[in-house]
Amino acid sequence: MRGLTIRNQRAFVSGALFFAIAAFFFVGALEYPAGTTARMGPGYFPRLLAIVLAAIGLVVMLGALKSTTDRQVLRKWDLKGLVWVAGSVILFGALLFPLGLVGALFVLIMVSSKASPEFTWIGALTNAAVLIVLCLAVFVYGLGLQLPVWPSLLN
Amino acid sequence: MDLFHNLAIGFATAAQPTNLLYAFFGCLLGTLIGVLPGLGPLATIAMLLPITYALQPDAALIMLAGIYYGAQYGGSTTAIVVNLPGESSSVVTTLDGYQMAKQGRAGVALATAAIGSFFAGCVATLAIAALAGPLTATALLFGPKEFFALMVLGLILASVLSSGPFIEGIGMVVLGMLLSLVGTDLSSGSQRFAFGVPQLFDGLDFVPLAMGIFGFAEIVKNLEQDDKLSLVTQKITNLFPTRDDFRRMIPAVLRGTALGTLLGVLPGGGAVLSSFASYTLEKKLSRHPEQFGKGAIEGVAGPESANNAGAQTSFIPLLTLGVPSNVVMALMVGAMNIHNIHPGPEVMTKNPTLFWGLIASMWVGNLMLLILNLPLVGLWVKLLTIPYRYLFPAIMVFCSIGVYSINSGTFEVYEAAAFCVFGYVLIKLQLPAAPLLLGLVLGPAIEENFRRAMVLSRGDATALLTSPLSASLLAAAAIAILLIMLPTIRARREEALQE
Repeated sequence: MRGLTIRNQRAFVSGALFFAIAAFFFVGALEYPAGTTARMGPGYFPRLLAIVLAAIGLVVMLGALKSTTDRQVLRKWDLKGLVWVAGSVILFGALLFPLGLVGALFVLIMVSSKASPEFTWIGALTNAAVLIVLCLAVFVYGLGLQLPVWPSLLN
Repeated sequence: MDLFHNLAIGFATAAQPTNLLYAFFGCLLGTLIGVLPGLGPLATIAMLLPITYALQPDAALIMLAGIYYGAQYGGSTTAIVVNLPGESSSVVTTLDGYQMAKQGRAGVALATAAIGSFFAGCVATLAIAALAGPLTATALLFGPKEFFALMVLGLILASVLSSGPFIEGIGMVVLGMLLSLVGTDLSSGSQRFAFGVPQLFDGLDFVPLAMGIFGFAEIVKNLEQDDKLSLVTQKITNLFPTRDDFRRMIPAVLRGTALGTLLGVLPGGGAVLSSFASYTLEKKLSRHPEQFGKGAIEGVAGPESANNAGAQTSFIPLLTLGVPSNVVMALMVGAMNIHNIHPGPEVMTKNPTLFWGLIASMWVGNLMLLILNLPLVGLWVKLLTIPYRYLFPAIMVFCSIGVYSINSGTFEVYEAAAFCVFGYVLIKLQLPAAPLLLGLVLGPAIEENFRRAMVLSRGDATALLTSPLSASLLAAAAIAILLIMLPTIRARREEALQE
């Protein structure tokens, strides 16, 4: 091995992720009694799995350093799309009770639509209108799911 | 053999009007999501799980199964008409199907796919019915050791067959198992990794996880790659294959069916593997391998038959042994648990109408799909003209409402958002998510069987190797690992799993 250059960034980060998660679970598992192999406590299996995952993480990380490994850089991250999509879901959860289904869906559709590079206001508003009517018809009136439909102030 | 008696029970259940209706609904929806690229059966089944609360268990499972194999049919339509796999098992169909379409033979390609799938579906239904009894009898001989070994084998095979390096697949399995530890430990009653959050006492729900990873994170990924669809615009006419087409297609359909039926039964197998294997086989056997990739009808007939057969026979390990062979089957476990049915050898004896009804409905569903697909193909192709910017907010809406209605609480909504971020990290790192979900689903059963086996052997781990059955299952797992380490096989696998 000539020097320690990370030839495969993708694999190295993956291995590090495995190792970090394993460490988290191992430390957490120390709170529970391990027991013996014949009478395992709640901490036994988590420790075992965490050790296995940590070992896998190390193997993957070392593999990324090997001189025979193909060079690979991490893919570009597009955090904008992720923020719009994940953010709209969080907003839906937060607004469902104060605004009711109609309001929360409106926010969800408008915010998530922003994630598209081809966003237009007219398109998103039309889409919102169609989808809200469809959801009310299918989920609330059709299937009878228990959902708050209107803002809580009106009830 | 009371095969016919059992099938009679099955058809009586499947033919009930409500079950027919849900089978039809499932097939219709399956075709729809199969046709639309960017929405797979996984996200759809996850989305619909909450709705199945309200249904009878047999109707619920029949509908979900219909979605699964309906998606195989729909996926081939997109593969042929737009050169995009609507669904992962249709990847190879793009190779020759789209070429046929460009030569003005889209109709023939679609008909070939539909006829092949229907034939394969019929055979697979019979195979399930014939194999279910013997396999269930075998499963009843299983103790904790054997179940532990079987699940280890299943998870190893699932990692072998997932894309990317094998070691990373195994890592994802173990990671999934660690996530499955969250919640109450059944033996001691203590809370593990719940951090005092009451919603976590029952463990991480896999519906928000599946939706976050396969629904929301997929959307973020799809939005990044803005390739335009290249629709074959000419009208689809002349569905009927010529006599020469039939001559070339029949042997391919037969081989594809046989291959798919066998590979579907393997833990970790299923539709994707079957279609790749069939394509390779057809190309090897063909006297004109140079025609492959340029519109060879065998390249459509074989894989399309194989993926449908594989999709159906992958129900066998779930129904008889209680071990899901792929991620869709893992979701079916969830659907069964909702209705308090625990998949495994007892299902057949405790719920014969459900068991045989589900099997019979597969045949009924295949018939429906044949009717739905051939005459209506023009309609499905029209659906492809819906721009993604209208489609993905709709997916988000259905997923969000579905996630909320699991427990009528917003905790699951936030959980799904968190797994959206996690899923995006996985996509960027090219780590496969399917083994993670299988690990999550099988984790508790593996721990329980392992602990029981160790209690019975008084802590002697070598007991796993002294029982012939568990020893041979573990040996099979070890062989699978060794094989994947061999350089030639590794190269072959990379070729086969290339998308």
